[in-house]
Amino acid sequence: MSRDEREIDIIIRRFDPERDDEPRSERYTVPYEHDTSLLDGLLYIKDRLDGSLTFRWSCRMAICGSCGKMVDGQPRLSCKTFLRDYAPGPVEVEALHHFPVVKDLVVDQSGFLDKLRDGRTWLLRDEERPLSAGPHRQTPKQRARIDSTSACINCLLCYAACPQYGLEPDFAGPALLALVDRYNADSRDQGKAERMPLINAEEGVWSCTLVGNCSAVCPKGVDPAAAINRNKLESTKDYFLRFLMPGSRGRN
Amino acid sequence: MTRAERKGLVESVRHDVVIVGGGGAGLSAAIAVAEEHPELSVALLSKVVPMRSHTVAAEGGAAGVVTEADELDLHFRDTVVGGEWLCDQDAVDHFVARCTEEMVRLEHWGCPWSRQADGGTSVRNFGGMSTARTWYAADKTGFHILHTLFQTSLQFTGIHRFDEYFVLDLLVDDGQCRGVVAIDIASGAFTAFEAGAVIMATGGAGRVFKQNTNAGILTGDGLGMALRHGVALRDMEFVQFHPTTLPGSGVLITEGCRGEGGYLTNRDGHRYLQDYGLGPEVSEPTPKTMELGPRDRLSQAFWHEQQAGRCVDTPTGPAVNLELMHLGRRHLAERLPFISELAKTFVGVDPVEAPIPVCPSVHYTMGGIAADRRTATDLPGLFACGECASVGIHGANRLGSNSLAELLVFGRDAGVQAAGFAREHSGGAAGTLVAQAGDRAAQALDRLARPGGGERLATLRDRMAQSMQDGVGIYRSAEGMAATCETLEELARSLDTISLDDRSRAFNTEWLGVIEFGFTLDVARCIARAALERRESRGSHQRLDEYDQRDDEQYLRHSLATLTPGQAPRIDYEAVNVTRLPPGERRYGGQENGQDSSRAAGGGQP
Repeated sequence: MSRDEREIDIIIRRFDPERDDEPRSERYTVPYEHDTSLLDGLLYIKDRLDGSLTFRWSCRMAICGSCGKMVDGQPRLSCKTFLRDYAPGPVEVEALHHFPVVKDLVVDQSGFLDKLRDGRTWLLRDEERPLSAGPHRQTPKQRARIDSTSACINCLLCYAACPQYGLEPDFAGPALLALVDRYNADSRDQGKAERMPLINAEEGVWSCTLVGNCSAVCPKGVDPAAAINRNKLESTKDYFLRFLMPGSRGRN
Repeated sequence: MTRAERKGLVESVRHDVVIVGGGGAGLSAAIAVAEEHPELSVALLSKVVPMRSHTVAAEGGAAGVVTEADELDLHFRDTVVGGEWLCDQDAVDHFVARCTEEMVRLEHWGCPWSRQADGGTSVRNFGGMSTARTWYAADKTGFHILHTLFQTSLQFTGIHRFDEYFVLDLLVDDGQCRGVVAIDIASGAFTAFEAGAVIMATGGAGRVFKQNTNAGILTGDGLGMALRHGVALRDMEFVQFHPTTLPGSGVLITEGCRGEGGYLTNRDGHRYLQDYGLGPEVSEPTPKTMELGPRDRLSQAFWHEQQAGRCVDTPTGPAVNLELMHLGRRHLAERLPFISELAKTFVGVDPVEAPIPVCPSVHYTMGGIAADRRTATDLPGLFACGECASVGIHGANRLGSNSLAELLVFGRDAGVQAAGFAREHSGGAAGTLVAQAGDRAAQALDRLARPGGGERLATLRDRMAQSMQDGVGIYRSAEGMAATCETLEELARSLDTISLDDRSRAFNTEWLGVIEFGFTLDVARCIARAALERRESRGSHQRLDEYDQRDDEQYLRHSLATLTPGQAPRIDYEAVNVTRLPPGERRYGGQENGQDSSRAAGGGQP
């Protein structure tokens, strides 16, 4: 069981709100093997070198969405990023861009969380279906329409990659708009009209300038850019329907 | 610090129901309160944002009787036999009768269950279940359940979320649980949450072992807190090893792989499970046979293969092969996309082309805070649901897909029960509760200020986890368990020697880590002691010494672990509720029909 152990330097941009006026960088040397993730490296530092290094993590398997960081300038999940790919190093790690830093690699994500309610991202029905009626029918083809957008883990990498969100923090942003699309596209949902105000608003789809970075960095293949485009189409339709048929608030 | 100064450390708020934990159980409870009693105010406290909770990592599915071939009694029998008769049968009956409506409720909330061609929801086979009854959303069922619950919860204005609040302790006055004290992680400030009722929904404690499938957050906080207030932990010696996880990391590779028809083979390409009472070898997925045997038996079979030198070697330890190649690319993409991604990412294997190396890792805490089948604990005002609770349905071995169903059924129960309790019981003396909260806050700050030069947290934590792995594993002996008990008691005495690098209040995860470790260690002590004192072998608790047989006469009983400061955990026992299925022999595969009389895992060598 011989393991091929090497070392790499990790340079971390740190900030302690109780001590620092400005962010500072610290350099740590960590051992790594073929399967050592960046998260493993950060845990090595915290456990053995410096217990004050602060970052979020949880599942270690790229599904909880906790551990996003900027790695050499790119937003990535640290559990799904391997140190071998950054050899010989050093690799630079900092908090996700476009969010206020709370401490070290921890950002304030309330900007995203607080917007969720506005998106009305839950299943909306005109009438509540009784449990006794059993499940709705939904064909595999209908289910496939929400396959990609329902895979979002809310890791916020897309927000860190989105230049528009960097400029305009009120912008609903890629993950939320993808989630809105997920419910609009669900064959069981009847709430599209209720979600149009968010989509149509200045902070909605029209804020997106089609850079497409969001889809490029998504670790789950969600493709928010495509979802936003679909909603631009919906928003245009909604606009014309209202223009042509005042009072109709097109439900379709 | 004077009493007034200590009280001054905490802010105080009041809600009708406080829920600790924002995973599947906590969210189910919160929504139940909001739906049934919209006039009540719910505080949902979680040390992580709810969608980070570990429900998210459950893959395979959730059980609920739905096909024409199935019936509630079969689900009942599978669960009781699977748990080797240590299940409370009244609780199991209550559970199986409620599972399906919870699956339908989730469907109505938008959960993207996988579908059949006609648009109906689909079910798959799972280990130890006599027919297909496991509802699934590809192999990300927990993820979809958690996100559906979280998104559904957003519409209820009565649910007040306190994300990234770490609960330090329960507030108990006059024999009744009346709230909690918590740290706002971002600022390090303390808040006393007074409440009419408290629901514990903090998940399991898999991090007590070195190799586990669990997220870093599963440190047993809720169990530790209950323990400190005299609430017993039940059946803690029963720890589930999931048979198919990645060696080293313990990343979960779902049982759904086997439900879809995957094979487990040893280094000789032999489907070894047939040598452990699970045969005959069948090529199609067959309920309760071969790879669809229960988790305890499969993990035990692995142990024997390892002893016999028939594993494959990987850089991170011995493994067997999980073969999925014969299922084909399209089937894997549709049914098992997540584990395909995990295998590629973490071990560089594309399961379309090569087997995934797997081995058992600690996965699930079958015991928990002792609660009745309506989630009430012995401490009035405290309810418990989900993995942190023991409502009595899992016995000595949980069947896969019963835990996602459990958190829905009992999460909802806990919400309804706690709301009812809160309506009948007004709050206690606010001053007393704030004073208590102030004391806890002062203790926590004292911990933060303690001088340096001591042990690192990780050193003690690693010793605990290694000791549990060595002494309380798949097979156990009195000698090994006693050694672990001793190590743990020694660690408990050295808790105060840990010193911190980080002395700040804001987002101090090292400080919280020390507090968590206090809970974790107490849970570990209960597991090891309850294991040592159970002098029989049953389900996931298998002994290599003279107690290698089941002993219904002495041990058809639940263990109850309690803790007195400065002493080793005390283990008592209580009766199991047996209603209509008397204890019998637990048989799988051809054995079930009496075709094969060879002993099951334990001695079954080829």
